[in-house]
Amino acid sequence: MARAEAPSLRDYVASAPARFFWQPDASVRFTDLAHGTSFGGGLKDLAGRSVLLATASQLTAALALIELDGCARRITILPPDAEPGHLGALIETAEIDAVVVERDAEPHAALELPVRVACTPSIVPANAVSAARLRTEWVLLTSGTTGVPKMVMHSLAGLTAAIRSQSPADGAAVWGTFYDIRRYGGLQIFLRAVLGGASLVLASAGEPVADHLARLVHRGVTHLSGTPSHWRRALMSPAIRTIAPRYVRLSGEIADQAILDSLRAVFPQANIGHAYASTEAGVAFDVNDGLAGFPAAFVGGTRDGVDMKIVDGSLNIRSPRTASRYVGGRRTAALADDAGFVDTGDMVELRGDRYYFVGRKGGIINIGGLKVHPEEVEAVINRHPQVRMSLVRPRQSPITGAIVVAEIVLKSEGESAPARQRELKDDILKLCRETLPRHKVPAAISFVPTLAVAATGKLARRQG
Amino acid sequence: MSVKLTIMQQMEQVAQEHGKILAPLKDDLVLANSGLDSLGFAVLVARLEDTLGVDPFTAAEDAFFPVTLGDFVKVYENGAR
Repeated sequence: MARAEAPSLRDYVASAPARFFWQPDASVRFTDLAHGTSFGGGLKDLAGRSVLLATASQLTAALALIELDGCARRITILPPDAEPGHLGALIETAEIDAVVVERDAEPHAALELPVRVACTPSIVPANAVSAARLRTEWVLLTSGTTGVPKMVMHSLAGLTAAIRSQSPADGAAVWGTFYDIRRYGGLQIFLRAVLGGASLVLASAGEPVADHLARLVHRGVTHLSGTPSHWRRALMSPAIRTIAPRYVRLSGEIADQAILDSLRAVFPQANIGHAYASTEAGVAFDVNDGLAGFPAAFVGGTRDGVDMKIVDGSLNIRSPRTASRYVGGRRTAALADDAGFVDTGDMVELRGDRYYFVGRKGGIINIGGLKVHPEEVEAVINRHPQVRMSLVRPRQSPITGAIVVAEIVLKSEGESAPARQRELKDDILKLCRETLPRHKVPAAISFVPTLAVAATGKLARRQG
Repeated sequence: MSVKLTIMQQMEQVAQEHGKILAPLKDDLVLANSGLDSLGFAVLVARLEDTLGVDPFTAAEDAFFPVTLGDFVKVYENGAR
């Protein structure tokens, strides 16, 4: 069916075949939204407004997104870990005049807005909303560690440009993600599920990994995504071996060879791919050859509508999937340069015919004038067969300003004997010394039971 | 183990890891001639903080660094007290 206007998300929801969002506490046949609503009678009150999506659960957020696209003027998606103290500034910047919450949501002073509508997991029949269809602006928040997050403006067309239509063979896909769908990486998976004719398994707040994995098994997950840290954590759960996804996707952090190989060993039949994307730059590329990094041929020239170049070691991206601007542009720097390139701040290094990610521009540790990216040291440590994951950080030194130290999570817990630990430390340091220049070798290693993973799914890097 | 012995053992360990040859460890050895460079000393001081529980250089109010091995050991003996 030809359409004059750009499609909105609801156009991808037909009443048959039935598809579902599954959360521990509720399952919703979201295809009922073709002739129903999760807002009771409230959707008409949101038409044309700048809406803050502030539900507690991913499930209601997913339902609301389908209904709001094409109806609201702007949707600002609040991640679950947003600071309540930032709400006022966000509401002012995005000119928000309506909020979507759950029915039983606690009143919040900052959320006293002209319109407040409850979203519920029960879909009631409704006539299609015939209000003028808008090109809704989608606003996502960056995951900066300090200050009010930046608000990044996207369109549905840009957000979905990297999603190719699924062939019928891909039918009956069941997507799962360790991400929250209210962050860029998770939103991509939500959109893939809705556009691709799939169902989606959603996690609830604080759901243990083992429970989440058990539900993924129960629902027959076929496509599963998360950050390398998400995957390393999942690999620590024996339940990982009970799922059999056809497609395993990593994004949001550097996918090193060790995590790709570990996933290959556990899922010998799966397609395993890592994607590069950021909230600002959008999805830039997928790598599906099982190797870390990406082919040098991706850089220079246009590929799949995406231009990439390396400026002072940093990956710059221009594509139709790039965000259009920051909201409240006067107070923030431009998102892209005059030529439309976004500087991702992700540093790459050319080795042979491949580029490898080495770390963040702002994350460099300075050791007496010599520079180290923590991530490049972690990639070496993670190659050790006994290592599950690692965190490299600076430690203050009175002599060189800083040195690097490493915290390491081992794969098996039966390595606690002091003699065995000394042996492993020596072994890991030997691996580092064989591979890295001297200043990048950790001065000290400690074994820890866990490493903190932030709400974004990325390894939590603290300062100092 | 005495503070002095700990320091000497760690110096040998760091020198070995960094592929450096240590001069004979005597009290009047000038540290600049010891065979360890500044990165080696940075690692040594970090290791000693882990084993002795003190980093006397960061703890000190004014910036100083001992000249000889004997002075270096003394700083730790005073700091460890």
